[in-house]
Amino acid sequence: MFNKIQRFIVADILKNRIVLAYTLLLAVLAWSVFSLEDDSHKGVLTLLNIVLLTTPLVSIIFTTIYLYNSSEFIELLLSQPIRRTRIWTGLFFGLFFSLALAFIVGAGVPILLFVTGAKAIILLVMGILITAVFVALGFLCAIISRDKARGIGIAILLWLFFSLLFDGLVLFLLFQLSDYPIEKAMVGVSALNPIDLARIFIILQLDVSAMLGYTGAIFKDFFGSGLGAAIGFGLLCLWVMVPYLVSLRMFVRKDL
Amino acid sequence: MIEIQHLSKRFGKFQVLKDVSLSCGPGQCIALIGPNGCGKTTLIKSILGMVLPTSGSILFKGQDIAKDYHYRHQIGYMPQKGRYPDNMTIGQVIEMIKDIRGSKEALDEQLIEEFGLHDILEKRMRTLSGGTTQKVSASLAFLFNPDVLILDEPTAGLDPLAAEIFKEKIISEHQKGKLVFITSHLLSELDDLVTHVVMMQEGEIRFHMPTDALKASTNTSSLAKAITHVLKQDHVQ
Repeated sequence: MFNKIQRFIVADILKNRIVLAYTLLLAVLAWSVFSLEDDSHKGVLTLLNIVLLTTPLVSIIFTTIYLYNSSEFIELLLSQPIRRTRIWTGLFFGLFFSLALAFIVGAGVPILLFVTGAKAIILLVMGILITAVFVALGFLCAIISRDKARGIGIAILLWLFFSLLFDGLVLFLLFQLSDYPIEKAMVGVSALNPIDLARIFIILQLDVSAMLGYTGAIFKDFFGSGLGAAIGFGLLCLWVMVPYLVSLRMFVRKDL
Repeated sequence: MIEIQHLSKRFGKFQVLKDVSLSCGPGQCIALIGPNGCGKTTLIKSILGMVLPTSGSILFKGQDIAKDYHYRHQIGYMPQKGRYPDNMTIGQVIEMIKDIRGSKEALDEQLIEEFGLHDILEKRMRTLSGGTTQKVSASLAFLFNPDVLILDEPTAGLDPLAAEIFKEKIISEHQKGKLVFITSHLLSELDDLVTHVVMMQEGEIRFHMPTDALKASTNTSSLAKAITHVLKQDHVQ
């Protein structure tokens, strides 16, 4: 059944200035990238890096702050005859729909215009999935700590970890263990970071995996196959579900 | 109507409610008073199901509230500090709550009318003053003709005129036989409203008695004086 709350949340968020600015930013970036690059291949790569940096950041921070600012409103909803799970799912889908819509309007339209075939669809789907993952992580941040500043701090740290620190750690491990055949293990390690998962998906679509060297070949072998792609996709979905369900469980038992 | 049985609540090391038992019937208008941090809000939030008790139970018309959320159809709650999504208008907030309640019964829009909210339905919540937000909260609490009203510091932000309208409304609802809970620090405001007083102290209920009996036992004429009398006695002992 369509949740009543999310409709109102979406209406509220779509008028939010930050979300409007985010849409505009994505649009400006995407249009300029595609207008500057003649080769849509290169354009996709550039856009990919921008999207994988901004989308997680905006999704997680905006979600966390929005939830903290809604705490009194959530209390009011709780005093109404409505199940706690429905409040939380309403908030989740409300936030997810509006941020996903911002992504589709901002980046999706130019992608569909300039990029052809499966690449465009995959880029779009990955953007939406990454939005979902980081909205879910934002829900986790907001429920873990009562203190707003700490919650937002955790959100920023998570973003920093997944977009920068994780790759650093992986590189460090690669150099340290370069004497061992760890290429296969790298596939497993990449599953620990949703941003990397999305990146691999799109890079493989572009046939530039050669850039990734031998590890790239293994990736291609694994994620290029139907089963591997399905597993990768499933892993990304898990990255949405697990943080969200954990936060839901905590919310149902929380004192407000 | 509301039966609280051996309710205890602990936040970490801090025991907020200690074995509270309380029984309230229809037609009572109860002032819940006590110093800051004595557990008033926690008690109210337990009744609303926002705070989950460590032990004990609350029965609403004989039903344990832990098992079913539908009892909240019969409660109107006005929070101490209402805050609503910034970009929603007053009209949308009211629409949303109506939608959630899905109530088929006639709505009580008296407060919306008397507070003049009809003329500013298009205003966004972000732009409202604290007092106007309070008016919205108050209107929502009374909108669905609930049997129980729970008002947490209701008159704190209202201007004198609005506070008067609001008090009139409480009295008229109370006369219809509804159960009303009010927490407030402004004892003088409560004087002509309440029939019973529940005084809490450090997570326990000090006393629960009719206002008349309290005034008689302390030999005072107003609620404020009676409470001060009780507190002074404590001080002496």
